Amino acid sequence: MSKIRLNESGNVKLSELIATTLLLMCRRLISRYCHWRGTQAIFGMLVLACVLRGESGAGGANPKSLSETGLYSDFATKSIAKENLMYSPQYALWSDGAAKKRWVYLPPGATIDASDAENWVFPVGAKFWKEFTFGKRVETRIIEKTAPEKWSYQTYAWNEDQTDAFLVGANGSRNHCEIAEGIKHDIPGVNDCKVCHEGDGRDVILGFSALQLSPDRDSLAPHAEKFDSTMIDLNFLIAQGRLTNLADEFKTKPPRIQGKTPRERAALGYIWANCGGCHNADDPLASVGMELKLPLRPDSSGQDSALASVVGHPSKFKIPDNGEDPTYRILPGYPEHSSLIYRMQTRNPIRQMPPLGTKIVDQEAVDLISEWIREDLGK
Amino acid sequence: MGRASRKFVFPVLGLLCLVLFYSTRATGEGSANQSRIDHGRQLVLTHGCGDCHTPWKLGANGPEPDSSRLLSGHPQELVMPPAPPAQGPWLVNASATFTAWGGPWGVSFSKNLTSDKETGLGNWTEENFIQTMRTGREMGKGRMLLPPMPWPSYQHLTDEELKSMYAYLMSIPVIKNKIPDPVAPSAPEPAKK
Ligand code: HEC
Ligand code: HEC
Ligand code: HEC
Repeated sequence: MSKIRLNESGNVKLSELIATTLLLMCRRLISRYCHWRGTQAIFGMLVLACVLRGESGAGGANPKSLSETGLYSDFATKSIAKENLMYSPQYALWSDGAAKKRWVYLPPGATIDASDAENWVFPVGAKFWKEFTFGKRVETRIIEKTAPEKWSYQTYAWNEDQTDAFLVGANGSRNHCEIAEGIKHDIPGVNDCKVCHEGDGRDVILGFSALQLSPDRDSLAPHAEKFDSTMIDLNFLIAQGRLTNLADEFKTKPPRIQGKTPRERAALGYIWANCGGCHNADDPLASVGMELKLPLRPDSSGQDSALASVVGHPSKFKIPDNGEDPTYRILPGYPEHSSLIYRMQTRNPIRQMPPLGTKIVDQEAVDLISEWIREDLGK
Repeated sequence: MGRASRKFVFPVLGLLCLVLFYSTRATGEGSANQSRIDHGRQLVLTHGCGDCHTPWKLGANGPEPDSSRLLSGHPQELVMPPAPPAQGPWLVNASATFTAWGGPWGVSFSKNLTSDKETGLGNWTEENFIQTMRTGREMGKGRMLLPPMPWPSYQHLTDEELKSMYAYLMSIPVIKNKIPDPVAPSAPEPAKK
């Protein structure tokens, strides 16, 4: 049930077993026959053991260079292999202003089980790439489904002259490169990937879902990425027969966040993507009791009840120096007394939201959501 | 014994068996839970959680943990003055209670590990607790825990051991004691509007 296991590579590999047995036998041999023949045998066994051990070393499966991960058909010209399809989620994660590109690979003929519109189940072999650019390419992240309920996470850091990108160690790379004056980008470690991308056996793919790929795109989404004809969307997946069990209604009426105003729609969409990954009922963090991943098509009254754990709800977190006033998660009309805004607006590492993956405030989003709290909710 | 009463013998016997079965099973469960709590208590004692999470006081025989505040963290009424600057060979400072800590990370306060809903771990699930001890992040997903919480050592505890610790912490007396937020060194605050 718990995600970070005691022993990451829990299953002992056969080669490792053989290697260890050989090493043990060597020790016996040394103590028993310490003559020439024995030494020869011992030497042979030692070499074999070392080779086998090396082969079974941790992380041996991940290629060292991005060029070997299957993304490109020609690395020199950065041509993307044609089986990898480009897409763009309508509500992107804020990553301190990085420009991003994303591609997906689905094994031929394999389908995605879309019965739960919010939690798609992907076929084994599904693979995603996401490239981060701050002026220059900085890192390309990969998530791959390697077995049922099993995912692997890697990231590749680009070199200075952009000719290659190399596998980053499991601990990531802190303060990797400067992205704004005095602010350096952290490349997350594998455990940090899992903080956002793993959840009790669920597939946690955050930008490739019914809502994120909906052709009914929100033009007010903060940092809205341009959708162009080289990208795939929900209709493409339907047409290609890649989705099973997708609710019929989504085929005629693409999913969208039902805001009462366009501003409300964009605000809730941003929160859905940037906060709802952790703050939702299926996550271990449900215990915080704050639902920020709202259902897709509530009628207006349904939406009010969906927001019940947020709007007008007292916050456990208290805004410092807020006087004797109790703090609310959202106090309608008053963004400055809403802990949700406070925590989006600080980069004090002890209080910031999201707690990782960003060092610069997303001012565009803070403005949008503050306006929504002041204008739409305040009335 | 009449015919009619004989008719009841088997059902009654059956019922008796059922009752017996369930009562022994229930006590079986109860004692399994109790042995889990006992194991958790032993682990919490041997891993020194109380050294930092139970405030120390001066007793008749010198400093000792204040058992009336078992594992309830930094005493709320004890407001600390700013920590001495973190520099030189004595880089780290501690309060007399062993619950407030100053260092290059700022100031941290030992947390309330009792099951009080508002100020302790009362809202945490077992999973939240296990993941905190594994990842060193609050509830397994939040901010990084500050020193001196030794989670890098505790992450090697097994699931079973962590579950036992959690069961024990949920069984001890609930103490309402609000822990102050840690203070980051020169933390940037949002501009007041
Ligand atoms: C703060 C949370 C967070 C962290 C940490 C994080 N991601 Fe993501 N990731 C997201 C969100 C949200 C999306 C979807 C939105 C987008 O792409 O802008 C995403 C998208 C992706 C995608 C595209 C597939 C998808 O899920 O939509 C890949 C690949 C990816 N992340 C890899 C990684 C890897 C590898 C790491 C660790 C090195 C990592 N991520 C760390 C939140 C996170
Ligand atoms: C990687 C997981 C994660 C993401 C993503 C995340 N949060 Fe949180 N959030 C947490 C955790 C853990 C807590 C509980 C501990 C705490 O308060 O720091 C929390 C607590 C909160 C609280 C306090 C609730 C209360 O009643 O005390 C607010 C408000 C909040 N988050 C807002 C946000 C907003 C807004 C976003 C998106 C911009 C967001 N969070 C994204 C993990 C996350
Ligand atoms: C050397 C002192 C020390 C020891 C020993 C110690 N802790 Fe901690 N612990 C702390 C401090 C200080 C914090 C607060 C850190 C922070 O706020 O970032 C903390 C935080 C925690 C938290 C996070 C609680 C929350 O509300 O976020 C948990 C859970 C915890 N400790 C459990 C334990 C357990 C269980 C043990 C024993 C196995 C233990 N600690 C031993 C100092 C210690």
